[in-house]
Amino acid sequence: MLQANNISYQIGSKSILRNCTIRLKPRTFTAIVGPNGAGKSTLLKAITNEVKLRNGSVMVNGHSSSALDSKALSRIRAVMPQHTSINFPFSIEQIIEIGRFPHHTSPVENEEIIEKVIEKTRLQSYRGRTYQTLSGGEKQRVQLARIMAQVWDKSPHPKYLLLDEPTSDLDILHQHALLGTARELMSDNLGVLAVLHDLNLAAQYADYLVFMKNGEIVKQGETREVFTKENIETTFNHPVQMLEDPTTGQTIVVSIPNHMHLEPQKEIRYA
Amino acid sequence: MNSSITISKLKSQKLTAGFLTTAMALFLLALFLFSLTIGAVELSVSEISSILLDRLGFTNQNFTAVQSVVLMDIRLPRLIFTILIGTALGVSGAALQGIFRNPLVEPGIIGVSSGAALGAFVVILGLTSFIGETPDSLKVWLLPPFAFLGGVLATFMTLRLGNYQGKVRVTILILAGVAISALANAIIGLGIYYADDQQLRTFTFWTLGDLSAGTWQKIGIITIPIIASTLILTRMAKSLNAIALGESEAFHSGVNVEKVKRTIVFLSALCVGVAVSFSGIIGFVGLVIPHIIRMAFSSDHRIVIPLSALGGAALLILADLFARTVVAPSELPIGVVTAALGTPFFIYLLTVAKRKNLI
Repeated sequence: MLQANNISYQIGSKSILRNCTIRLKPRTFTAIVGPNGAGKSTLLKAITNEVKLRNGSVMVNGHSSSALDSKALSRIRAVMPQHTSINFPFSIEQIIEIGRFPHHTSPVENEEIIEKVIEKTRLQSYRGRTYQTLSGGEKQRVQLARIMAQVWDKSPHPKYLLLDEPTSDLDILHQHALLGTARELMSDNLGVLAVLHDLNLAAQYADYLVFMKNGEIVKQGETREVFTKENIETTFNHPVQMLEDPTTGQTIVVSIPNHMHLEPQKEIRYA
Repeated sequence: MNSSITISKLKSQKLTAGFLTTAMALFLLALFLFSLTIGAVELSVSEISSILLDRLGFTNQNFTAVQSVVLMDIRLPRLIFTILIGTALGVSGAALQGIFRNPLVEPGIIGVSSGAALGAFVVILGLTSFIGETPDSLKVWLLPPFAFLGGVLATFMTLRLGNYQGKVRVTILILAGVAISALANAIIGLGIYYADDQQLRTFTFWTLGDLSAGTWQKIGIITIPIIASTLILTRMAKSLNAIALGESEAFHSGVNVEKVKRTIVFLSALCVGVAVSFSGIIGFVGLVIPHIIRMAFSSDHRIVIPLSALGGAALLILADLFARTVVAPSELPIGVVTAALGTPFFIYLLTVAKRKNLI
């Protein structure tokens, strides 16, 4: 279990996170949703020891994460950043190989793993390409391949994949491919935490939803219980409609443009 | 079947780091031997080996006493000195570009060159002003320690300024380096205003670099810090690959980023400080060699770091060969030659890289 207990973080006197508690279980997909500036990415950074907490603690598989060094942590969890830019021309294989650095596997094993994640992320036709020449979405797929290589090994302890807006630059085909791959990986004793902007994607893939607003967690729970008009409207301050997808039967959310604001429906009474 | 082909291709890529390093080392050795034979006194490779064997106790006199003296007291120490200085400049340039994730970085960026120049300037100008007439022999011995101290002090100040809450902020560090360098240069400028012609001449030539001062004694002093730093920096290549993605990405890939940063800045300052204090400022090598290696081979630091060390040495041997032959019996300042030789080649590589979208 990856656990953040009551964590708070502030920059100067400005409070960014307030008393956030979140539990990440293996074989579970958790999504964090919320408006811009709600503190979603900061919460992810706090969980991954990138920022110093004012108070609260993060526990990884029963150990305090501040007691583990970066090498030990990198074997338990992998983090996919929002954007990664590189100033030197590296090939995609060289980038993906970095995911193998924490492990003591042989070069031959590493190459087999790199080969497999390239197939999984459908990057075969990009072999040998320089990272800088790729589009934003292609770069995200290479980064996914890198962190997949990092958590590839079978291990007795649970592992975690933390994704910060992994689908921001992807088209619908690759959004589903990426999140689908993340779900597939969950079978191997792995938990996924993703910051997602698209509420419908979050509802389709996550087992558990966390709503954030103004640095606080306003609601969290099983997706089918908390994915409601009320929770979304209070979190985002914007009117929405919940519909049922006729083919899958899933609940989907539709936001309403400001210029089409409907008058509050008057009750129609038949005399 | 497709995957087995690509796997073997990857394996051969792995081999290239070792292969390229060996090839570059052999090239350097050939260049070294060739350079030993060039000069006012003729020396062939067989004569060189006879002299060396003679020194080791195998007497076979087929060389003259003059040849022996020229080889053992002039050319050999000068060339070994040149190799060490070139190694120091090349490897620290590569490591600093890697840690700052910035292709514009050269060893001077952390303030080490300007600090060393200020230290040297204090000896050349300050001593005469404060103590009166100082003998040249004293100056020669005081210059390296002062230059080294100046370089390390400037780096230390830069590092302190770039520190925030126990972390080194790279942008602030680079700006701090610029500021410290500007301050050192301002003080030098002020001194130049008061300096006399002889002092100015001495200082100007120091800033242009000089490899003729290589002696066994100096080699004895600089060998251990430079070789040890180079070996340690080579071992950090994987961490530098991860840091190329960004510091938090490197941290999540298991790299102790702060430790790597501090170690690299310290070792680079040591390398460059030691080198510059004995040879004067030799620009261009530290900036350009890593680029040449990257464009010619790969950005993988397991290739860039060792090959920049060897390549820096090779470039400096070539430049020195040119400097001491083209206007023989006089010599050109080495700094002028490194820039004049390196620039056209670098511009050529830039145009090629631009076309191939490699930068």
